[in-house]
Amino acid sequence: MSDEPNKGLQSPLRRKLLMGAAALPLVSILPRPSFGAGPATATVNTTGLAVTDTEVTVGILHSATGTMAISETGSIQAEKLAIEQINAAGGVLGRKIKFIQEDGASDWPTFAEKAKKLLVNDKVAAIMGCWTSASRKAVLPVVEQYNGMLYYPTFYEGLEQSKNVIYTGQEATQQILAGLNWIAKEKGAKSFFFIGSDYIWPRTSNKIARKHVENVLKGKVVGEEYYALGSTQFNSVINKIKLTKPDVIFTDVVGGSNVAFYKQLKAAGVDLSKQALLTISVTEDEIDGIGGENIAGAYACMKYFQSLDNANNKTFVPAFKKMWGEKTVIGDVTQAGYLGPWLWKLTCEKAGSFDVDKIAAASPGVEFKEAPEGYVRIHENHHLWSKTRVGRAKLDGQFELIFETADLIEPDPFPKGYQ
Amino acid sequence: MIITSRFFNRSELIGFVALALVLVVILPLSLDVFRLNLVAKYLTYAFVAIGLVLCWGYGGILSLGQGVFFGLGGYCMAMFLKLEASSVENTKIQSTPGIPDFMDWNQITALPLFWQPFHSLTFTVLAIILVPGLFALIIGTAMFKRRVGGTYFAIITQAVAAILTILIVGQQGYTGGINGMTDLRTLKGWDIRPDHAKIILYFFEVFLLFGCIFIAQFIRLTKLGRILVAMREQEDRVRFSGYSVANFKIFAFCMAAIFAAIGGAMFALNVGFMSPSFVGIVPSIEMVIYTAVGGRMSIFGAVWGALLVNFAKTGLSESFPQLWLFGLGALFIAVVLAFPNGLSGIWADYVQPRIDRLLALRKSKSGSPWAGNSVADGAPAE
Repeated sequence: MSDEPNKGLQSPLRRKLLMGAAALPLVSILPRPSFGAGPATATVNTTGLAVTDTEVTVGILHSATGTMAISETGSIQAEKLAIEQINAAGGVLGRKIKFIQEDGASDWPTFAEKAKKLLVNDKVAAIMGCWTSASRKAVLPVVEQYNGMLYYPTFYEGLEQSKNVIYTGQEATQQILAGLNWIAKEKGAKSFFFIGSDYIWPRTSNKIARKHVENVLKGKVVGEEYYALGSTQFNSVINKIKLTKPDVIFTDVVGGSNVAFYKQLKAAGVDLSKQALLTISVTEDEIDGIGGENIAGAYACMKYFQSLDNANNKTFVPAFKKMWGEKTVIGDVTQAGYLGPWLWKLTCEKAGSFDVDKIAAASPGVEFKEAPEGYVRIHENHHLWSKTRVGRAKLDGQFELIFETADLIEPDPFPKGYQ
Repeated sequence: MIITSRFFNRSELIGFVALALVLVVILPLSLDVFRLNLVAKYLTYAFVAIGLVLCWGYGGILSLGQGVFFGLGGYCMAMFLKLEASSVENTKIQSTPGIPDFMDWNQITALPLFWQPFHSLTFTVLAIILVPGLFALIIGTAMFKRRVGGTYFAIITQAVAAILTILIVGQQGYTGGINGMTDLRTLKGWDIRPDHAKIILYFFEVFLLFGCIFIAQFIRLTKLGRILVAMREQEDRVRFSGYSVANFKIFAFCMAAIFAAIGGAMFALNVGFMSPSFVGIVPSIEMVIYTAVGGRMSIFGAVWGALLVNFAKTGLSESFPQLWLFGLGALFIAVVLAFPNGLSGIWADYVQPRIDRLLALRKSKSGSPWAGNSVADGAPAE
């Protein structure tokens, strides 16, 4: 626990947040908090961003339509919740956050176009957005060229670092290594079978996992297979799994393919309570589609589960459900999306400015003690310090926390010895 | 057979002047650079749409795989730009500096052989024309010589689009996979990203577009254009008259492919991006929609169609981020139901007669100077 500061109700910000959250139902009745008491616009905005005496504009850029909409909706919801809570608690530097939502339409060039629109036309102070690596890669040159600030919520492959991006999800080593260590120790696992979707994130993640298995755990990778995005035929690889009998199946299959994979796995008689399976791509959101009965017993390696038992999460989950419905589930990326607006607000207040350069410089060291996942802090490389957790899927679609690292894990987007 | 001595008849001249006015004067003066750059993006589809007018509207060959050629042209351009952006000093963070970043992520340690020639701009420009041209020649020869046509041809072009997408996505070490090629920066050391570069690229693109319009118009007016129409209406009669139907079809298909490829290359330059999402079946069908909305018999209509649909797409998605696809769908249905000949149909039915009447009033009794409106403008046979 060395890195974890003393949490608790004595933190003034935490109290503010709690009050803000508690006041949410009252927002419609009470007069809205008055804005405009902050520092003068000329001092907090020297670069012509969309900041007035009472308002500051940010962009939300996710896919509301297309194949990715099902995954990205959670992030949109979390970001809107965070913005509403921040406004209820007095806004940022005395200004109310107004957001402009754009649809990336699951199409990477559209993401680039809309990011440009948000930065050039709307002059937004920050963008909360992107989900897939492909959309981030498309948007990155735009935010760098026009000097914007992007808060990116998804766990991703690493190998990237930008002044203009804060990565609120975990990079590959943060997500994978501790999970592999745990399963190797817990299950005495020596042989691993990798299955992934065929694009950059699974390939990079598996490369890192393979190096770790071979060099650190002294185990063996007995198979490594990739399937096209959206693929639904996994029978041949399931046969190979049955032949090679690996100690652990390690998967990073994404999106709708998951549904087919776990159903076929179950139909082929692979019992996940006996065959260890560790996934880095299934959150509560995906289980909604897969069905709890098809995946119960599998282990997932994440930094957040909806079932986390801490005080922050106990206020976050009800607030989220209150805003978006009792049936919504909250996955790892949704929680990371929620961090974006809060981290931005805290950074603005630390920097005393909305200027992107000042925010980029002030980001390292910013800590968010009310994060549903516990506590996070921004590293010099603009990624977050966070814990790795392993959960076991239950029949009801939730995860039961099995293991968490004692300390926060340092983000290392360019890991030495793993490239 | 009447062949007009003039290159444009009066109605086409009006269309030409109107388009030139809008593209060269009105849009650049009224839009900021961001919107102008979007127009440049829309216009890249106009190249494809003009090709489809030749191949589908005149030749009657419906290709649902134009994204393939758009993509090939775009990827050729993007490969050149990516190599320039991947200089050793730009990529020193990688395990192997000097190769494109996505190769490094995929553990490729040397530039593949087929990438090498793309260091040369001359080769790239030739490749943009020749690679899609030759590919279309091969597909066209294989299909048309065996008299595969109509629906079967459309299905096969779809299959080709699907195959190429899978190939690009699957070979991500060589192509950038689903991410595509991003972060294209300079052309021969000239930064293509700042505002002034966008304006220059826009005008260059408009210039090329008019070049393609002239070529298409020229083909339409020659005997070749008449044979294409004849072929569309009665293929057997043309064959019995001694013409090689297959060769004419191959020609029209290749021209459409080359136009699409030029559009693709301009896309990579203007947007700084190329990805498999422009190659597959959906974008290919969208390209046919641009032509249909514009009116598949009209070269100018194709340009308007591409502009209108894309403006609607951007406008609707900015105003209604959750619902815009429905609005776009409704627009298509409305156009197809109410105006089966597209925008050019609206022009011909409503606007043109008024202009004619106006002119006729002024020049009363001077006869009809453009009575010989070309045969090719006839209504589609279906």
